[in-house]
Amino acid sequence: MSRRLILIRVLAGLVVLLGVNYITWRWLESINWEAWWIAVPLIVAETYSLIDTILFSTTMWRAKEREGPKSAPQGTVDVFITTYNEPVEMVMETARAAKRIAYPHETWILDDGDRTEMAAAARSAGLGYITRTADWQDKPRHAKAGNLNNALFETEGEFLLILDADQIPDPLILHRTLGYFADDPQVALVQTPQWFINVNEADPLGSQAPLFYGPIQQGKDGWNAAFFCGSNAVLRRESLMQLGIVGYVRDVEDSTQRTLRAAEKLLGREARRNQSVPEMHLELRELRQEVTRSRADISQAEPIAEVTYRLRAKIDAASRRLVDNDLATMADDLAAIESLPIQRDAELGTLVVNDVALDALAARELSPLGAVKSVAALLDALRVDRPDEAQPIQPLATISVTEDMATAMQLHGMGWRSVYHHEVLARGLAPEDLQTMLKQRLRWAQGTMQVFLRDNPLAKKGLSGGQRLMYFGTMWSYLSGFAALVYLAAPIIYLTLGVLPVTAWSVDFFARFIPYFLMNQLLFLVVARGIRTWRGQQYSLALFPVWIKACTSSFANVVFKKPLSFVVTRKDGRSGEGLPLREVWPQLTAIVLLVIAFVIGIIRVLVGAGDGTGTLVNTVWVGYDLAALSIIVQAIFYKGPAAYAEEPKGVT
Amino acid sequence: MKLTVTTHEGYAAVRPVGRLTASGAPRLKQEVQKLIESGQPRIVVDLAETEFIDSSGLGALIGGLKAARVAEGDLRLASATDPVKSVLKLTSLDRVLKDYPTAEAAFGNE
Repeated sequence: MSRRLILIRVLAGLVVLLGVNYITWRWLESINWEAWWIAVPLIVAETYSLIDTILFSTTMWRAKEREGPKSAPQGTVDVFITTYNEPVEMVMETARAAKRIAYPHETWILDDGDRTEMAAAARSAGLGYITRTADWQDKPRHAKAGNLNNALFETEGEFLLILDADQIPDPLILHRTLGYFADDPQVALVQTPQWFINVNEADPLGSQAPLFYGPIQQGKDGWNAAFFCGSNAVLRRESLMQLGIVGYVRDVEDSTQRTLRAAEKLLGREARRNQSVPEMHLELRELRQEVTRSRADISQAEPIAEVTYRLRAKIDAASRRLVDNDLATMADDLAAIESLPIQRDAELGTLVVNDVALDALAARELSPLGAVKSVAALLDALRVDRPDEAQPIQPLATISVTEDMATAMQLHGMGWRSVYHHEVLARGLAPEDLQTMLKQRLRWAQGTMQVFLRDNPLAKKGLSGGQRLMYFGTMWSYLSGFAALVYLAAPIIYLTLGVLPVTAWSVDFFARFIPYFLMNQLLFLVVARGIRTWRGQQYSLALFPVWIKACTSSFANVVFKKPLSFVVTRKDGRSGEGLPLREVWPQLTAIVLLVIAFVIGIIRVLVGAGDGTGTLVNTVWVGYDLAALSIIVQAIFYKGPAAYAEEPKGVT
Repeated sequence: MKLTVTTHEGYAAVRPVGRLTASGAPRLKQEVQKLIESGQPRIVVDLAETEFIDSSGLGALIGGLKAARVAEGDLRLASATDPVKSVLKLTSLDRVLKDYPTAEAAFGNE
């Protein structure tokens, strides 16, 4: 173990001990219950932050600094450049650089915009060009995940290097990464950092993420939980395809069982309704028994394709027999069957069987033939070839707008391993204005929260304890918007109204809080090792409205099926005109309130109404909040990069 | 991988010989497509001489199943070798597709 790691562990241990000591004392001894309406939110926010610190300490506990792969690079490779609407010239610059990658490979432009000029440019440069096949017509497209899934079936390399349209690769990117797959046949993913060249030293938009593409991914790597970030990564085709197959089987199993249950209900009802017509009653009852038998066969591990094929034949035969008996009432029913209670989630294209509407259909007065036909239609919609999707197999996860993290977690759940290789091997472009940056952050946060709600790592099968905590840690950090609200409100309330959230600003308080606070900062300093993290700290507080919106909109999306408005991040500079004040009104309001509170606080002390210590503590607190929020003001006036950034420190 | 196609009474058989992996998968898919277009959507993939199959190979089987069912036929598997059986089990694809003992038996009951 390196001396640095020992130091990190000592500090991490101390932070957690001091933090637990402080928070326990806060809960038990120092909540001002008379002002519970602010005291309780504050202690909850502080507890949230302590858990965040514990998760961070856990991440750093096993920080892994890899020296590079031992094996020589080997295997066949396809390089994928994903694009949707980026300028053709930008894509071509990346593509030409990709073609120059030294290790033998094939380069493909995956053009989701299906542009003729893009196709022509690719052809004249001798590059592969892939757009969606005809199968995708009128089917959910699944954004970038769909683009990659489509290309997987058009190519055959053992490994895939995935690059965003703006990420210019280093010629040695494959030489430096492919060996990991030979070192360990269970490795499915090698992720390298994202580094932006259109960002100056000050980086007012906080685009560089040196803490994430560094200590945090290295820490996750130690727990075998470094995750896929969408670009600058190499993936093993076999692992993705396996994911696709397993996902297909699970989807077919679930949807078949649900459909058969619904069919059983429908036929049972129709059989009862037609008791007066013996031959129809008999036919429907027999068919219902067939469905029941099919369900039993499937539970007894009979292959689903067999069972549904047989059932389908029986239903077809029955409906042919019923046609003769029942022509008159048919026309009415067809309209009802048209509106089958199966809907697609607008955002993600997942198939949703609406149980309420299904009951309504079952309750409708259908003729027996209508009933049989609607059962046939139900089976049709959910048969084994997954007709609701363009491809029955979807290797990259489609449960989230950020397919990368979701895919990595599923790979980990199946026992595959991942590698974080800490060396800048591709250089790209960051958003150059506040609006674009805000949209990008919102999308990342929304995607992460979708995974949290749809495929929670704490409950997911196949993950190790450490992996659960690592994924959970990333999701937990996106809840910080709610805590930030409290951290902004508490000092304002104290300075203006004199309401104390704690029993006293006493020696007892400082003796516990200050060591915890300082140790936390020290751990951060040692972990960061000279890289600048203040920008990240500022934005983690200053983007509180974004984090809150991400939480509420993903909740509405997953629970109430409300669509998220999906946005593709612009990579070609600025969008829109004028100052983006509307996007950041909550932050600007907070700044104004903090300044007013500061002035009132001083006046209260001067007129003898305020307590000296309390005011001092809270003005320092307001000062910190203002320092963090001030970045928003800088970002509003930011006019794009003046000079290109230097290479990050500590990256080889 | 070598691929032989034979037609029989009531079905056609596709026989991949060797390793069915990412490089052979597109060819299998094409053969299945050709059979369907020529009016024979009842297809048996005879795995008796398939030494190994990877997930891309399985992907081609599922793609073929989809195409066959859309054409109101079916795609069935027969005589899988042990290594192929173990991949079917590992990916739980054996929950969807049945492995018939012989190609003749696959559509034998119809």
